[in-house]
Amino acid sequence: MIISLSWIDILLAALPLLILIALLAYMRLGVSRQLLTGALRTLVQLSLVGAVLTAVFENENPLWTIGFSMVMICAGTYEVTRRQNRKFLAGWSAALSLIGLLSAAVLSTGYALMVVLDVDPWWKPQYAIPLLGMILGNTMNGVSLGLNTLTNGVWQQRAVIENRLALGQSAQESVRDIKRDCLRNALTPIMNSLAVCGVVSLPGMMTGQILAGNDPQVAARYQMMIMYLIGTGCAAGCLVTVSLASHRLFDKRDRLRLDRLVLK
Amino acid sequence: MSTNQLIVKNLVYGGFGPVSFGLHAGDCIGIFGESGCGKTRLLRSIVDLDPHQGTVFLNDKDALSMPAPLWRRRVAFLPSESQWWCDRVAGHFALPPEENEFSSLGLKPEILKAEVSHLSSGEKQRLALLRALINYPSVLLLDEVTAHLDSERAQLTERKIAELQSQQNLAVVWVSHNLEQLNRVCSRILYMEQGGTIVKEEIIK
Repeated sequence: MIISLSWIDILLAALPLLILIALLAYMRLGVSRQLLTGALRTLVQLSLVGAVLTAVFENENPLWTIGFSMVMICAGTYEVTRRQNRKFLAGWSAALSLIGLLSAAVLSTGYALMVVLDVDPWWKPQYAIPLLGMILGNTMNGVSLGLNTLTNGVWQQRAVIENRLALGQSAQESVRDIKRDCLRNALTPIMNSLAVCGVVSLPGMMTGQILAGNDPQVAARYQMMIMYLIGTGCAAGCLVTVSLASHRLFDKRDRLRLDRLVLK
Repeated sequence: MSTNQLIVKNLVYGGFGPVSFGLHAGDCIGIFGESGCGKTRLLRSIVDLDPHQGTVFLNDKDALSMPAPLWRRRVAFLPSESQWWCDRVAGHFALPPEENEFSSLGLKPEILKAEVSHLSSGEKQRLALLRALINYPSVLLLDEVTAHLDSERAQLTERKIAELQSQQNLAVVWVSHNLEQLNRVCSRILYMEQGGTIVKEEIIK
């Protein structure tokens, strides 16, 4: 059985961080406030999520699971939108990232639950929620990077895009190079994790399973599944959001419509 | 065949206009006005890069009757600053132009292998013209197209465009704030004032 952690243990774990924050504040290095807020958010958010998850796991009900998943997806959408330097007008940034995250969730988590793990019932919260959480966290970073690279790239290269359009290229042809950069940027973190996981870094989920006393080989196989699912979710979500966003940047006459973007 | 090749009818764009004029195949019309009066925006609207009201016809066909990329291949627009997105010149040409096309503009065909970052602004400007001609447009919209050229090279470009007018029946709309040049190359000049209104039309030849 795993060693249980009391609140005193949590305080002990936080103590070195608190000392560092105090030191940074004393040295006037400016990041202490943000670090402290982050540490507090971790405390509040994880306590809440622990309590809510206990409730969700106790009453096994698909509506609870789906409801909780939707809250996670909406929080991810909010986070992606918040990180954009330039936003689409009229809530389009949120809509585009929501569609991306939803497609990643359905494709990747749905496939894992129904085909790979064949969980019965498929929405069983002990499986569905942790899987979705890991997939969404990574997809959110990818979608946010991809969308940001697209809008910034198009803004900076508008003269090039319009010259390409003037030469008779279609809207999508004129932004093909920028879209390629977007996907590369968005998928670099996951490509890096795929390449180094297990060698340089031991993934959190695998560590958790090993700490909980599971066979490292089972933990390794779970981790492989998770990595592939994260890769799928990330690539699918970015592809969907970046493609839809690149269409939103042009109108029916293949005109670049930067008036649909606004600087934050 | 219709008498007018390009017809611009009541074009209103972003607070400018309305502008109307017609242009025969093989003819060249100049548009003169101070900077900021809407000359560039007019060309951008004709080529359908900016939203606008009013209609533009080419041989009695409305621009909206065909996909925008097709329209832009028939009505080519040369911006005052040409843009380049590949490392080498050749990447911007689906088909390499004929050798005499280069020499008619004082360029060498080897320039295709050059890196774009090594080109002078004058070379870029002339290559941009060659690049636009690859689509065999019927109309050429020129925006201050000789701004970066010395007088000798500017004359080469002027001669090249005159040759395209007479040999390929190309119609040209030439925007410039160099009245001397417009007097040389155009058969008519439209004088544009702030707000994009045309206040005078002058017949040159």
